[in-house]
Amino acid sequence: MASGGSILLKIENLSARVAGKDILNGIDLQINAGEVHAIMGPNGSGKSTLAQVLAGREDYEVTGGRITFAGADLLAMKPEDRARAGLFLGFQYPVEIPGVNNVYLLKAALNAKRKAAGQPEVDAYEFLALIKQKMKFMEMSEAFLTRGVNEGFSGGEKKRNEILQMLVLEPKLAILDETDSGLDIDALKIVSKGVNSLRDANRAVVLVTHYQRLLDYIVPDQVHVLSGGRILKSGDKSLALELEKRGYDWVKASRVA
Amino acid sequence: MASKPSDVEALIGQKYRHGFVTDIESDSLPPGLDETVVAAISRKKNEPQFLLDWRLKAFRHWQTMHEPTWAHVHYKPIDYQDISYYSAPRAPVDAPKSLDEVDPKLLATYAKLGIPLHERARLAGVAVDAVFDSVSVATTFKDKLAKAGVIFCSFSDAVHNHPALIEQYLGTVVPAGDNFFAALNSAVFSDGSFVYVPRGVRCPMELSTYFRINAAKTGQFERTLIIAAEGATVSYLEGCTAPMRDENQLHAAVVELVALDDATIKYSTVQNWYPGDENGIGGIYNFVTKRGECRGRNAKISWTQVETGSAITWKYPSCVLKGEGSVGEFYSVAVANHHQQADTGTKMIHVGRNTKSTIVSKGISAGHAENTYRGQVKILPSADGARNFTQCDSLLMGGRCAAHTFPYMEVKNATATVEHEASTSKIGEDQLFYCLQRGISAEDAVNMIVSGFCKVVFKELPMEFAVEAQNLLSVSLEGSVG
Repeated sequence: MASGGSILLKIENLSARVAGKDILNGIDLQINAGEVHAIMGPNGSGKSTLAQVLAGREDYEVTGGRITFAGADLLAMKPEDRARAGLFLGFQYPVEIPGVNNVYLLKAALNAKRKAAGQPEVDAYEFLALIKQKMKFMEMSEAFLTRGVNEGFSGGEKKRNEILQMLVLEPKLAILDETDSGLDIDALKIVSKGVNSLRDANRAVVLVTHYQRLLDYIVPDQVHVLSGGRILKSGDKSLALELEKRGYDWVKASRVA
Repeated sequence: MASKPSDVEALIGQKYRHGFVTDIESDSLPPGLDETVVAAISRKKNEPQFLLDWRLKAFRHWQTMHEPTWAHVHYKPIDYQDISYYSAPRAPVDAPKSLDEVDPKLLATYAKLGIPLHERARLAGVAVDAVFDSVSVATTFKDKLAKAGVIFCSFSDAVHNHPALIEQYLGTVVPAGDNFFAALNSAVFSDGSFVYVPRGVRCPMELSTYFRINAAKTGQFERTLIIAAEGATVSYLEGCTAPMRDENQLHAAVVELVALDDATIKYSTVQNWYPGDENGIGGIYNFVTKRGECRGRNAKISWTQVETGSAITWKYPSCVLKGEGSVGEFYSVAVANHHQQADTGTKMIHVGRNTKSTIVSKGISAGHAENTYRGQVKILPSADGARNFTQCDSLLMGGRCAAHTFPYMEVKNATATVEHEASTSKIGEDQLFYCLQRGISAEDAVNMIVSGFCKVVFKELPMEFAVEAQNLLSVSLEGSVG
């Protein structure tokens, strides 16, 4: 198992509830810089809840445990501060914001991050050059420059747009919530190319997914199986292959055994 | 920790920036209203007999009328005898002949409001008429406009210098007895703006009037009349502010537009009267009648309004489309925050053949506010081939505000096409969280989402005012999330 980078994210005995219902029931997870982790599990196992709790969604009530992100107490931080500190959530269903220009939002996001880091705002020309380069890399047409945030985008375009934002914001930790769902094979390759381009010794990626297929393109260092709000099993990439063959019931059964 | 839903509602705490009072000597009539007051106003303004007769007729009619109660607004009864119907800054001469004669305190007031009458007007190339309480204090660019043949002056000046035009057009779009507030205005109006753009002339600059209520316990009753002759084009903007006061102040204006054959009038409003404090104390009652008549063929009248102020807004800028092929448009953003109540919309009356109207209304409610869209589309039997498109969208911020939509349609011609679309959305918690997750502050996120919502209306505003409107919107919703 590849590791050795410094600890980027440490989750200890995390429990959380949504609308009065306990969803996470004691999660322990450590992610080091340089690693890619995949979190798999059946529907309703708490995968998306974990992603939302990490990002600070207000309807998700943390009922116990601690989360340390880059040495700071993550649960004490506001969502925008978490983002500025380098935590990025790629949404499962990116929301449309009619009338708000896609590039305008991204520029505001980059500047908010730069401001928090004590850096000057990005120069408009530099920014345009940067975004054009990233869009080319993500094989997106320049028409995206003038459109509203996710307004009228197809499912695949929305996901590609999430990865574009990630590439511009260069987060320390990217949590990608079912970024592969609804993608055809070509789009999946492009999205994977984007994610892989961000991999380096200082960053980490968490892939929340149902399908082993994504992991053929983005090869994880660790795979975790989440069920009933707990991590039932962890392993390397071969765990995902085995899951594909034997299904989640196998993990649940082996746990009981 | 993550912000709570209640914070979303708290995101709307706003400071009114124009709430100062100018300490200036004024010449006011004591509160109260009867025929002698009407006559006194007319005498103070040295008006011709026809106008006095017109006022008195309106006053007598007003006395037989009742305040309308159909609007979705609630307020304590107004004591019309407790209002002063005339207040003018006391000037060394009867009226300032040039800016140099205007009281420096007045000029400072306008500078504070962001309208230095000297420089800004010159730089922006916008001709400004400023109305302070009841009288017009200065009109810039008179000469340049005169060269183009455009008359742009205070209403009082027009009464003296162009009485024939006043007599010909006054009250022909909004009759003196049209409604309770219009009748009151017709009786006691003190000043306002007058525009006449002659045949074939494209007005060389934006015309702008700035209204300011300063004195306490006064009402402002201005009257605007704009006439675009055959083939003429004019774009006109009004802006409004008032000091912060605990008592409510009444503003009952009348605006009449007349567009002859092939003429175009674009009328934009950025209304920022004092809305009252966050508990609903004080603020302006804005009961305004605005109507335009496309009297000629292919005439066009376009209303664009950004309404952020006033405790109560009661306002329905309308178009009567008489000329064949004439066009009426209404683009509106109405923001109601705290305890503000807005009942606004439009009327499109299709009389002529192939007339066309477009209505785009964007209502934003926050705090405890009530925001109502009330619109009427009326297609008369004569209006063959008439078309209307209406779109009403409401955005709610927090859980204690409300939005209402009352579209009335009356179609008496089978060849007409009428389309209506409506939507209500809560300011998306999802949209907000999406922005937060990208590192954008709650305040910036709300501004962004709201301006995106209003974009189709803002792009109808003249450019320099679009920026102002955008800023105003940010201030109005300041502190409403986060």
